Amino acid sequence: MSMPSVFPLIMILIPLIMSPTGAVEAAPEGPHLGKPLTTMDLDGLDIHVFPDGTGLPEGNGNSETGAKLYEGLCAACHGPHGTGGSAAELVGRSPLNGPHPDQSVGNYWPYATTLFDFIRRSMPLNAPRSLSADQVYALTAYILEINGLLPKGTALDKKTLPAIQMPNRDGFIRLWPESR
Amino acid sequence: MTDQPNNISEPEEAIAGGGLLDRRVFLQKSLGVAAGGGLLLGSLPTLAGEIPSGMKVPGRPFSNYGEPSPHEKEAVRWISANSMAPGNGISWTPLHRLEGTITPSGLHFERHHNGVPSIDPDQHQLLIHGLCRNPLRFSLNDLLRYPMVSRILFVECGGNSNAGWHDEPIQTPAGYFHGLASCSEWTGVPLSTLLDEVGLLPEARWLIAEGADGAAMNISIPLEKALDDTLVALYQNGERIRPENGYPMRLILPGWEAVLNVKWLHRLQVAREPVMARNETAKYTELQPSGKAHQFSFIMEAKSIITHPSPGHQLKGPGLYQISGLAWSGRGRVSKVEVSADGGKSWAEAALTDPILPKAFTRFRLPWRWDGSALTLKSRVTDETGYRQPERSQLIAERGKQGYFHYNAIVTWAVSTDGSLSHVYA
Repeated sequence: MSMPSVFPLIMILIPLIMSPTGAVEAAPEGPHLGKPLTTMDLDGLDIHVFPDGTGLPEGNGNSETGAKLYEGLCAACHGPHGTGGSAAELVGRSPLNGPHPDQSVGNYWPYATTLFDFIRRSMPLNAPRSLSADQVYALTAYILEINGLLPKGTALDKKTLPAIQMPNRDGFIRLWPESR
Repeated sequence: MTDQPNNISEPEEAIAGGGLLDRRVFLQKSLGVAAGGGLLLGSLPTLAGEIPSGMKVPGRPFSNYGEPSPHEKEAVRWISANSMAPGNGISWTPLHRLEGTITPSGLHFERHHNGVPSIDPDQHQLLIHGLCRNPLRFSLNDLLRYPMVSRILFVECGGNSNAGWHDEPIQTPAGYFHGLASCSEWTGVPLSTLLDEVGLLPEARWLIAEGADGAAMNISIPLEKALDDTLVALYQNGERIRPENGYPMRLILPGWEAVLNVKWLHRLQVAREPVMARNETAKYTELQPSGKAHQFSFIMEAKSIITHPSPGHQLKGPGLYQISGLAWSGRGRVSKVEVSADGGKSWAEAALTDPILPKAFTRFRLPWRWDGSALTLKSRVTDETGYRQPERSQLIAERGKQGYFHYNAIVTWAVSTDGSLSHVYA
């Protein structure tokens, strides 16, 4: 390579050298290749359920229906009436400041909406996304019932589920953003 | 390399109890030592003029994709999965059988909630929607044209090392105790570039990420981190990400607990509030003695561990050895690692091997002349923020024993007079 051509090469390379920390200081401009995403595209995919109930679908189910579904779909792993097995125990009542506390739905989970979100997206493990909205409401109602948080036979829907106040709702201390 | 420790005639000065030598001794004297791998070797066969067999015949032909030596079958991940759901569990990086700082991709630890999905890269899309002006979807080929960066970074499960909370010290090789941590070179697109293109609305504060696996694993990420240094990674150690590590794309959040580094990434919803998913409420939160739990404890605090020697290794008699281990911090660079061979009464500073990168594994080494007596080995790291790894008693005094996640106390190995090692609380 002749000398004169070296200098342009160096000038091309310099902007590509990262800062010593490797940190990305500003968003590099992209080539804008994304395609528009429509509400229709998201139908059936947009399944996050927030504590205020945003994302909950139409439908309803009660804990008696949930009990029957639980027996067939859940009990093999979670044990009869949520007592635990190869998968987590679903009933928790012990105080959280004791020596060996359960950390389960009744005494630890801060939001009832999380139950719906998790069951719908992940359960049962052998057939995720196979349950209807009604079935997920029913199972959610049953698990809350066996934790003593709902009377037997209670039905849940997108209005009543987010209104449930879980016992450990205020049991969490957020480390972010103070931990920065 | 010999299986017997070398004896040297020159006097050498111990700089801390238990036979710890100045970290510069190896550099100055170029001493041969029984290195980590050598700890396990048996005695050497006699040579007697025998030509090595591989020098007398042609070797094997080429291979399209290389594999480890058939003699290294014990350098494998140890799997601990749910008997009823074999895709739900973990596998550990065998840190006690590795050196340097890069984890081979096939040995990167795994945590799957419902197995490794089979994903056709031509069908896979990344969807970004929610509180933004232009919801967009990107194909893998789209993303491959975007500007990328490469960084060497550790990824550590929030539950790594949690056997340390047990009442009795767990007896297992070091990697099967602390190996839910691995370190790779990750290459990908800064997430900030993609978020620029969707046009975030002013009220946006969080991103809810979701994987395309059978658990549809979801979790909330502060927008501040997403815009800072988060990557949509496409490559791991130079090749496309392995299926079990998130093929064809995953999030990498430098220094933050692994559950946020969502694998098989397919959807990001921009939101005002966290979704309060199972894995940020019921799990990955740390119950404190007060009965309250820490939530959004994202940053992995500094940790170090002596990998050589460690339980399962066997010292072959008194003499000179090299202590070697790993240190890292989710807050930045490792600034110092100290080693004690007398139960923490005295400490010697270990040599750190370049490169010392932020939020990456850093290898430390220190020469040690073992006199054959029973003693304990410890390491402790200090990171660039001044944070120093706590003793176990201090950690438990502060956080109790029910936290499960984010255990990062000093680890102690006991060396017996027979040269074997065990894990102790001391």
